[in-house]
Amino acid sequence: MTTETNNIAVRRAEPWREELRKSKKNKERTGIPRVHMNELDADYRSRNKEEVNLGLTAEQAVLEAQRCLDCPNPTCMTGCPVGINIPTFIKNIERGEFLEAAKTLKETSALPAVCGRVCPQEKQCECQCIYQLKLGKEPVAIGYLERFAADYERESGNISVPEIAEKNGIKIAVVGSGPAGLSFAGDMAKKGYDVTVFEALHEIGGVLKYGIPEFRLPNSIVDVEIEGLRKMGVKFIANCIVGKTISYEDLQEEGFKGIFAASGAGLPNFMNIPGENLIGVMSSNEYLTRVNLMDAANPESDTPVLQGKNVAVIGGGNTAMDSVRTARRLGADRAMIIYRRSEEEMPARLEEVKYAKEEGVEFLTLHNPVEYTGDEYGRVKQMKLQRMELGEPDASGRRRPVPVEGAIETIDVDEVIVSVGVSPNPLIPSSFQGLDVSRWGTIVVDESTMQSALPDVYAGGDIVRGGATVILAMGDGRKAAAAMDARLRGE
Amino acid sequence: MNKIVSKEHFSVNVVKLEVEAPLIARSRKAGHFVIVKVGKKGERIPLTIAAADAEKGTITLVIQAVGGSSKKICDLTEGDYITDLVGPLGQATHIEKVGTVVCAGGGVGVAPLLPIVEAFHKAGNRVIVVLAARTKELMILEEQMRANSDEVIVMTDDGSYGTQGLVTNGVESVINREKVDMCVTIGPAVMMKFVSALTKKYEVPTVASLNTIMVDGTGMCGACRITVGGKTKFVCVDGPEFDAHQVDFDEMLMRLSAYKDIEKK
Repeated sequence: MTTETNNIAVRRAEPWREELRKSKKNKERTGIPRVHMNELDADYRSRNKEEVNLGLTAEQAVLEAQRCLDCPNPTCMTGCPVGINIPTFIKNIERGEFLEAAKTLKETSALPAVCGRVCPQEKQCECQCIYQLKLGKEPVAIGYLERFAADYERESGNISVPEIAEKNGIKIAVVGSGPAGLSFAGDMAKKGYDVTVFEALHEIGGVLKYGIPEFRLPNSIVDVEIEGLRKMGVKFIANCIVGKTISYEDLQEEGFKGIFAASGAGLPNFMNIPGENLIGVMSSNEYLTRVNLMDAANPESDTPVLQGKNVAVIGGGNTAMDSVRTARRLGADRAMIIYRRSEEEMPARLEEVKYAKEEGVEFLTLHNPVEYTGDEYGRVKQMKLQRMELGEPDASGRRRPVPVEGAIETIDVDEVIVSVGVSPNPLIPSSFQGLDVSRWGTIVVDESTMQSALPDVYAGGDIVRGGATVILAMGDGRKAAAAMDARLRGE
Repeated sequence: MNKIVSKEHFSVNVVKLEVEAPLIARSRKAGHFVIVKVGKKGERIPLTIAAADAEKGTITLVIQAVGGSSKKICDLTEGDYITDLVGPLGQATHIEKVGTVVCAGGGVGVAPLLPIVEAFHKAGNRVIVVLAARTKELMILEEQMRANSDEVIVMTDDGSYGTQGLVTNGVESVINREKVDMCVTIGPAVMMKFVSALTKKYEVPTVASLNTIMVDGTGMCGACRITVGGKTKFVCVDGPEFDAHQVDFDEMLMRLSAYKDIEKK
């Protein structure tokens, strides 16, 4: 029996858990319908940046927790990249020990309030829930419960600091303060290491700050999680670019025994079509950074942002949804998603698509931009769209979009946000001599340890994956921390 | 937070700030820039490094007050702190011995030109500097340029100092009298456009250091993109220096006006 499965069994066997399980028949539990997330009214929310999801009340959370059958073999956990002990935290909610539930989350997740908001649980833990696998019912709302426990702890003011092993004095550097870096930093701090996180921007949090909008993940919530890491002894240095301000060699000379590179996906992709450099055409990275990190829509901020009336967002991913919903909130009368495939192939979370539609976003699927034209000042005025249809499946398994010959439409736009993916940030790959870099510019690592070709350098998140989710990045951070720790202890 | 250790007024709208930044002072090379942000709600703007003192741990920035954010920086005084400063960013100038190099600077572009002049001179090149300004009061760093080059030609629009004429007249006079192997130009975009057109006519390889709108300065946003040789490039990571003859200056000038109507006070 591995330590982990042993741990699951031991905790499940605690007397209070046994008692709780017996307190209700499974039939009673499975008869409870899945809770609905409380949310702001669509008309109201589409004109401000207030958080859309309001969270569950304590009553709702306890009732939802009762649905969980506390399985002896909790398959949900196999779907969690950071290995949260899901039944333990849910059963703590059921018995009303909300702070205990939060502690359980923090054992393995550095950012529970973040994950409870932005993880695609429907593709992770929830799709492995027994309700979904065997009962043909909607899964336990693990994500909502996670958020409930994390929010309860934060709002209670009794924020726990995870147990820290005795300090070993070994210095570890983390490059980038996004989800991969923070997750790694939290785990290494727990293991007793002296961790310093270097961030290129002026704020700590990476994509959680510059990318994900307030209405989905308020910055104040990210700050609380970062404060938690500070209390665990993690040091943060903003405005410092590893590879520019300080080099790999500098870090080694200063005694850092291990480096975790989590510098993220840096470069936005463009489509290289005519007119793409007109004023008003920009990457989703630029748009979201202006609005989220620089707070540009606030009159008190010095940073400007275009606030178009006819805004087209190119792409069908979560970043495209974030951009188009932001445009709506910044006053767009017409906010459109332009996507070359059909809605079925969209990579965005269903919840995000649903919210965007409720907020009045138009979906022009099976449309692909081919050209932008501008006015005499070089400002984008119109875009030409090629109608598409679905052909045979391509390498991704999705049906390939092919142009419908001669079907070109022209629509008026005064702002275009290009959200067709990002490429890895080249800074680390180009400034660390000896790294193995793929032809896509990602750092090549051993998948089981996240170790790169340089023995003291580990890497994770989008700099390895090219473009993925917060939780996969956090999973990489945990995996790298475990492997680096083992190596440094000579195991 | 980076402390301003000294401030000097070059003219009414142009100031020189010496700022504590030991790590940047040590790692920067000619051609690098930094991103500066003043105040919690400040804007991130790029500024090319004009000089650095690794021992003292300082870098020098020369700023012209043109908009709200640059004015905010110019209003800071000795002892004040710059809220956020990050760098060095961009690719360093490629310095080698090529023969005779003409360095043409206009306005505050003269400041970031100085370390490039120094580096080319140190590398054993014959360096001729052409400095241009609207009028005598706006001429900066002339002495330092003289100390680090073989010759300095001064041009003013109104003829109040040096020779009356534009920077291009000065560059052309050098090309007409001797063999020039390379030209480096830094200044307002429109000036670089005309220098580039001139040296293209004479087939003198030319490098221009561009200053575009940026947000992060690390390749993340793409606000700084320009077209070079028909391809889109990011000034922050691919530049800031490019083969001037390949740069689409008209597009760059257009993009510089992106926020003209909505720039905040």
